Amino acid sequence: MSNSLRGQAAIVGVATAGAGEAPGRTSIELLGEAAIASLRDAGIALSAVDGVFAATGVHGVPAMSVAEYLGLKPRYFEGTNVGGASFEVHLLQAAAALQTGLCDVALVAYGSNQRTAGGRLVSLSEPQWHETPYQPRHPITGYAMAAARYMHQYGATREDLAAVAVAARKWANRNPDAFARGPLSIEDVLKSRMISDPLTVADCCLVTDGSAACVLVRRERARDLRQAPVYVLGAGAAISHRSIVQMPDLTVTAAVESGQRAFEMAGVDRKDVGLLMLYDAFTINTILFLEDLGFCPKGEGGRFVSSGAIDPGGALNVNTNGGGLSCVHPGMYGLFLIVEAVTQLRRQAGERQVDAEIALCHGNGGTLASQATAILGTQATL
Amino acid sequence: MVDRSETLGPEARFKAHLAEGRFMIQRSRSTGRYVFYPRVAAPGSGETDLEWVPASGDGTVYSITVNRTREGSYNIALVDLAEGPRLMSRIEGVVTAPIGARVTARIAVLEGEPAVVFDVAEKATI
Repeated sequence: MSNSLRGQAAIVGVATAGAGEAPGRTSIELLGEAAIASLRDAGIALSAVDGVFAATGVHGVPAMSVAEYLGLKPRYFEGTNVGGASFEVHLLQAAAALQTGLCDVALVAYGSNQRTAGGRLVSLSEPQWHETPYQPRHPITGYAMAAARYMHQYGATREDLAAVAVAARKWANRNPDAFARGPLSIEDVLKSRMISDPLTVADCCLVTDGSAACVLVRRERARDLRQAPVYVLGAGAAISHRSIVQMPDLTVTAAVESGQRAFEMAGVDRKDVGLLMLYDAFTINTILFLEDLGFCPKGEGGRFVSSGAIDPGGALNVNTNGGGLSCVHPGMYGLFLIVEAVTQLRRQAGERQVDAEIALCHGNGGTLASQATAILGTQATL
Repeated sequence: MVDRSETLGPEARFKAHLAEGRFMIQRSRSTGRYVFYPRVAAPGSGETDLEWVPASGDGTVYSITVNRTREGSYNIALVDLAEGPRLMSRIEGVVTAPIGARVTARIAVLEGEPAVVFDVAEKATI
């Protein structure tokens, strides 16, 4: 039953807009630009869109806002917002809605002008009354405590965390669209300003503007379109908590469950995955997700990344756009993971192109709270 | 004056206890399981037979960070209570404390409101 969605829906258009800095443009304007560009990429008319899937950091009812702004009258829509992982959830929802005929053309969209609007990371701001007296800083406090606990439990070092940032920068240096480029050493990361022990500013994702969108249709229609289709082979999601206080073990995320669900649906092995796009809001994320998704044993992630395994040319291709750490992070980064995976699977990634037929996108939301995994593949993987 | 204490929800009840100088947590009568933060039912299993009991105040630092700002630094900790539940708090009187350190609760005033904070326990006995 769970295999019924495998390969039934395909991503046929992708785009980003305003990634980096987009002064003078609002979140919905940036979202609109990416939406239109993704439909052009697909060769599908705006008027054909009858499924809308959207989340942003500023819209309380995003499906309504996006439908109105684009002049759409969708017959199916989702505004599920579980933070940065929302868009991997939207892929699952869109695949299910397409399969069941609830819609024929699904548009997934996101936009943010957080950098030029305020220069601060827009975070899920719903206050947690049992946290507020202690003035945690969201979202970094939770991630810092996860990193501290992980280091305590497994003997990982700040150098291990720094290796994640350095690998991301090496990839960014091959991506002309990455926001942060140039040399970055382990020492640079360690000497950066401490924000929340043990995380320095260089362990944290960028604060940029940017929008992204993708278009999905059923597989029969996908073959006739402009771009090589990228199929949704599997997807799964999980929520483990809302407040970091309620996360049972700060060294194990619900990516264990979301990954398992996605791999079961996709019916592929870890060794078949040629590209891993992991939501690196902070350096600790990449280490936890490599472990929780089954790409290295629990507790070994620090040593794994320090060995150069995720550097360009290493054992695994990870975050080839430069990630949230060095490419783009407008507050909710999940859709950018998908855009990069599709770009790579289409062989359109230029200097950073990797040899992959299957890509895994792993989204994360809140403080390691929501996890969603999507496995994408080329025609050859059907 | 009308006594509204019976109508207070768990959050308001917890805060009312704190204002009276008591650190109270919930416990299920049937299962004995402790619950914090206070809720209308035990998470996951749904028991509603939650009664208020005094917390022992004994805890262990599960994780900790120091928030560094231009105005100064302060720590934020996750503390595992001896009863089981975990809470966010602050370890007072120190910049930071090691993970695993034994700590003891007391009620302090933070931002004008009573709140549970912890001190590093004197010479931890085994």
